[in-house]
Amino acid sequence: MWVYNHRKVFYVISGIIFAASIAMLSVWGLKPSIEFTGGSIIETRYDGAVPTQAELEASLTEAGFTGFSIRPAGDASYIVRTKPLSETERQAITEALSREGSEVERFNSVGATLGAELISKATVSVILVVLAIILYVAFAFRHVSKPVSSWTYGLITVVTLVHDVLVPLGVFAALGYFGGIEVDSLFITAMLVVLGYSINDTIVVFDRIRENLNKAKEAKKDEDFKELVGRSLRETIVRSFNTSATTLIALTVLFFVGSTATQYFALALGVGVLAGTYSSIFIAAPLLVDIAAGRGKTNVL
Amino acid sequence: MNQRITAILVLLLAIGAGWYAQSPAHPFVQGLDLASGAHLTYRADTAGVEGREIDERMLSLKEVIERRVNIFGVSEPIVQVETGRGENGDDEHRIIVELPGVTDVSEAVAQIGRTPQLEFKLGVLATTTPVKPAVPTLATTSTSTANNSELTFIASGLSGKDIINSQLQFNGGAASNEAGVLVTFSDEGKAKLAEVTGANVGNVMAIFLDGEPISTPVIREAITDGKAVISGAFTPQEARDLNRDLNFGALPFSVELIGSQSIGPSLGADTWARSIKALGFGILAISLYLIAWYRRNGIIAAVSLAIYAAIVLTLFKLIPVTLTAAGIAGFILSLGMAVDANVLIFERIRDERKKGVSPKEAIEQGFSRAWPSIRDGNLTSLISSVILYWFSGTPLVKGFALVFIIGILASMFTAITVSRIFMRALPPERA
Repeated sequence: MWVYNHRKVFYVISGIIFAASIAMLSVWGLKPSIEFTGGSIIETRYDGAVPTQAELEASLTEAGFTGFSIRPAGDASYIVRTKPLSETERQAITEALSREGSEVERFNSVGATLGAELISKATVSVILVVLAIILYVAFAFRHVSKPVSSWTYGLITVVTLVHDVLVPLGVFAALGYFGGIEVDSLFITAMLVVLGYSINDTIVVFDRIRENLNKAKEAKKDEDFKELVGRSLRETIVRSFNTSATTLIALTVLFFVGSTATQYFALALGVGVLAGTYSSIFIAAPLLVDIAAGRGKTNVL
Repeated sequence: MNQRITAILVLLLAIGAGWYAQSPAHPFVQGLDLASGAHLTYRADTAGVEGREIDERMLSLKEVIERRVNIFGVSEPIVQVETGRGENGDDEHRIIVELPGVTDVSEAVAQIGRTPQLEFKLGVLATTTPVKPAVPTLATTSTSTANNSELTFIASGLSGKDIINSQLQFNGGAASNEAGVLVTFSDEGKAKLAEVTGANVGNVMAIFLDGEPISTPVIREAITDGKAVISGAFTPQEARDLNRDLNFGALPFSVELIGSQSIGPSLGADTWARSIKALGFGILAISLYLIAWYRRNGIIAAVSLAIYAAIVLTLFKLIPVTLTAAGIAGFILSLGMAVDANVLIFERIRDERKKGVSPKEAIEQGFSRAWPSIRDGNLTSLISSVILYWFSGTPLVKGFALVFIIGILASMFTAITVSRIFMRALPPERA
């Protein structure tokens, strides 16, 4: 079938994306928000006269603050990032930054222990989710042992999972480097959602393959495994496409119309969903056939 | 005919739910990032205290802080005890304080974090002035007074740290209906108290709050049971004030602010407005897509989606679920995914029709064949959401996970029941 016949192209594309993401991650890394590193952020909006960044820097230095960074946010706001602040320091910095008609939009101070704790919680969550998904897939497909074992399905799941998560990670490494976009707990949430969601698509395809395999077994009709997989794909592609389409519509609306707090969340999810759909159709299915062929099983029965 | 009636009933119910969901008389519970307010994380210094006593004291710490917070008249403040991990891997005991709508955090923090200095000082008489009777006393029973203008005070070693509890007491005195304050000391405090009072019978033991003497009872006898009643010439109001002050001082642990967040009012309102707008547009956009792609069945799907939204929003109000920006985002996401079940069913129905099955039968077959896929597909999302909920670091993430879980479960329900009711009720589609 078409996808399988051109699978080399898709493998190469995926390979490039893999490599690019890993490269971007190693070279640029991700920019963690203060939720992970500890520190403070104060965002001030200036409804009156908007001071220049240099002016604000001067005020801050005068007030005795060092080691801070200022970034403009939109036309009339600035975001100042610095170390964790005690209550008196917070008042001092608010003073230093305030002008006629200014308002503190938000303030967030996270101590270092809270940050470290969040990192470990996030790591544990990710590991647990990945484990749970692998176990679930192996379990759901436990009765399908021909022509590939149920663990093979689990293995391919892992490969697609890694792919689906690497893509948004790579994108955010680039965004972090070029745009200073930070990775926060919402991003981790997005990744976990992507993990759970992208598997849906893969399962849909595998489900159909399993169903067709059972039908073939019952009818005792042998068939080229490649053909069966191709047929299963054709049967499910419309559904995969539509599901992703509606989810992407929802995310696009969220990105453009929704609040700024969730914009990058929507972006991370969108990239992940796209990657998930792509990998289910163009990676998971051909891989299944290739692994079977690798074990010498080219036929269904 | 029954199908039609059922369908109409469902529609009416949904309209009812929809009205309730958008009714401003029953507002949503908004998280801080929508309602604006402050979120404070305090670490309690539990050094030197063991195991179970920590839990007890943390509870009483929570109560003390709650009392302090309530003084601001914040509507629905939240004070919670939490255990996290400290620097060296030990348990770190924390108090979380959430103050919705409070935008000036400084006053709140000042009051909460203040460790008022409560000290017990011994009064040494500069001259031997005869002690006049009927004044507040420190004893296990009551009475007496002192003229304290000639006294100089020295530290006795007892302070607010040694008090675990203080409460109002009536009838404690020799005269009935006398207002008094019953103070309970900790084990360590009890020992110190016994020592100090034993050695100083007849002297004044003044209670200083933030450097000001608030009461100067005379020690009548050694107090060994760790409980003392301060009573005498108190008006009930004075007794209440003293009790309150003692409680202020009785912070079982000192606290340190380790994290704080505040969202200003305009940002909160702006976030809320945009999130609602995104929700509205989201439903609209998805509905349009469904109708364009699936035609008549698409309309059913769109109606089903609207009903889904109404049901879930009503659930959010009823449970209630605290909505945050991420939560609303999660809801919008689940809208996109809720459609998935409908899509599956329609595809299956189409498959059945292609096989030549009658329209009515196709609907039934479509639903039953689609169910395993719907269940499997949503299960993995559910698994990751549940894990997310249990291990979430921040309330923002927890809010998202809860919304997502409810959304997924509701979507499975509405797809299987609501869509089916409507499809059965309407005349069959021509092939």
